[in-house]
Amino acid sequence: MKVRTIIEIDHLTKIYGMGEAQVCALCDVSLQIGENEFVAVMGPSGSGKSTLMNILGCLDRPTTGRYVLAGEDVSNLNKAELASIRNQRIGFIFQSFNLLPQTTALENVMLPLLYRRDVHLSDAEQKQKALKVLQAVGLGDRIDHKPQELSGGQVQRVAIARALVNEPVLILADEPTGNLDSHAGEEIMALLTELHTQGSTIVMVTHDPKIAAYAGRIIHFVDGRIETDHTNGKSTRHSSTTVQEGSYAPE
Amino acid sequence: MHLNRVISVSWKGLVKNKFRSLLTMLGVIIGVAAVIIMISVSKGTEATIADRISSLGSNLIFVQPNFSRGDFRGGPGSPGSSGGLVFDDAAAIAQQVQGVAGTAVEQNSEQTVKTPLATLTQLELLGTTPDWPTVRDMSLASGRYFTTEEMNNKQKVAVLGSTLATELFGDAPPVGQSVSVGNTKLTVIGVFNHKGVVGNTDFDARLYLPIKVVFQKFTPSFFARVVGDRVRLIYVKLDPTASMSDTILQIQLLLARRHNVTLDQPDFTVTTQQDLITTQESTTAAFRSLLAWVAAVSLLVGGIGIMNIMMVSVTERTREIGIRQSVGASPNDIRLQFLTEALLLSLVGGVIGVIVGVGGSYVFSRLGGMRTVVLPASVLLAFSSAAAVGIFFGYYPASLAAQLDPIEALRHE
Repeated sequence: MKVRTIIEIDHLTKIYGMGEAQVCALCDVSLQIGENEFVAVMGPSGSGKSTLMNILGCLDRPTTGRYVLAGEDVSNLNKAELASIRNQRIGFIFQSFNLLPQTTALENVMLPLLYRRDVHLSDAEQKQKALKVLQAVGLGDRIDHKPQELSGGQVQRVAIARALVNEPVLILADEPTGNLDSHAGEEIMALLTELHTQGSTIVMVTHDPKIAAYAGRIIHFVDGRIETDHTNGKSTRHSSTTVQEGSYAPE
Repeated sequence: MHLNRVISVSWKGLVKNKFRSLLTMLGVIIGVAAVIIMISVSKGTEATIADRISSLGSNLIFVQPNFSRGDFRGGPGSPGSSGGLVFDDAAAIAQQVQGVAGTAVEQNSEQTVKTPLATLTQLELLGTTPDWPTVRDMSLASGRYFTTEEMNNKQKVAVLGSTLATELFGDAPPVGQSVSVGNTKLTVIGVFNHKGVVGNTDFDARLYLPIKVVFQKFTPSFFARVVGDRVRLIYVKLDPTASMSDTILQIQLLLARRHNVTLDQPDFTVTTQQDLITTQESTTAAFRSLLAWVAAVSLLVGGIGIMNIMMVSVTERTREIGIRQSVGASPNDIRLQFLTEALLLSLVGGVIGVIVGVGGSYVFSRLGGMRTVVLPASVLLAFSSAAAVGIFFGYYPASLAAQLDPIEALRHE
């Protein structure tokens, strides 16, 4: 069975700085991620995994190369178009939660709906949608609480609800358990696993092998290149010079 | 993002920082209030001038003694000269100057006035001539004004202003009653219709009587027997066909000869209604341009204040901007949000400024004795300048916010 490709990146390079001081944050990386994959990206700091996440999340553009998200080439879009892709196609989950302070859980979850340009939802419809995802992450009784009135695990669940509210094709999680105790971390991972089971495509950056173990595929980055790409325990060794074709496995 | 949502998001942003928002608005408040007060004062003055023109009637010339010089010349050291302006000057002008339709004379005094019903101290008495009601456009509600014979015979008669009549006699008809003024008893022969306050003079609160009675009873002067009775004002009404400047020159020449002075150093001043208006207008113009500067500078400072606070706000809320960008806010959405905040600040400042301005105009008219007229157009002008200031000074910070890099913004602590 042919699986739809969600992420297709092709000879992607990101260079920072000018002239002698040039740093290659991502060097000629090619990668494919299919629908309903759960991928963990690992690697030491400076290995390029954050740069990859920023480009995958359409927060940044590659210097050269191509990025096709769910069939749409987004490599050369302008800022407004990228904003629109972030809004409708991508859900972000951050290590530091990034919720608006002094703003209720419900309003935080409604935020992406506020910036939708393709459809106009009434206030009531927005509330309804936000309420539904909050209930789905188990916070139906906390909708009027502000972030500072919630526990870390609850705050991250609000952030997950916000990531889900526009039904994105891709969920990007950057160290989602990094600021949580292990119990809350397990809760969040259980939630992400459940989303994966329901069909979501998730790419997650983590340092923690225990957290990475939740994923079905683990990609290691070193020095801006893919070093290893394990799927379901099987390892594919990447040469540091050759271009690697996508290596996802259909489930 | 829809406009009403932009407004509600921006509004919440301002309400979270009430005190800072208020301080930011202060410049705009002062600017808008200054604009409104400025316009209301100058409109009020225009209205006063218009009233004065209609109350004076046109073609009126005022002759007044030049006090510092008149008093000196009237002193014992200069027996040859006159005591300023005297009663006979009016008659001479009426008889000898061409183009004069009539003259009226005023001399005032303050006395205690008594009736069985009321006692009024320091009430203004105005001694006049019989044609005074014609010259000043006053009409009688009851009775009549005194005649030339009554004036020359120093008959003890009085005509009352409308409010004075009520104060002294209540609802009873005053005509035929007597009223004691100082040590003299006068008989009321007439009551004027309501005239109101013109300039600083309340025409309805005065008692009018033959000028010669005033000379004899209330302003006796030793020198009067030598040089004539002093008056404080002669009105000269012009023939409509006569030339104003010719007539003024004739009056000046006649009085200079009668008073034995030169035209370089006259002991009298001739003014026209136009002079009064010009003086008043130049005063108002100076005041108006001062306030216009205050308004412009306040709005400028207010605008810079808004820009300043918006810059601080963009820096402080960089992370919020990053969060909004990450969930899909475009540069335009961010720009619109901050521009709307600046605009709301200036508009709310504008509303408060309008309230302060209207209140200030009222206080001005109360304490400054200045008439003020608040025009809806001035409110609109002030309001739209405030909005323009908000957009102009809000644009740069809003653009800075819109240009922020989402990755940098999210990392900002």
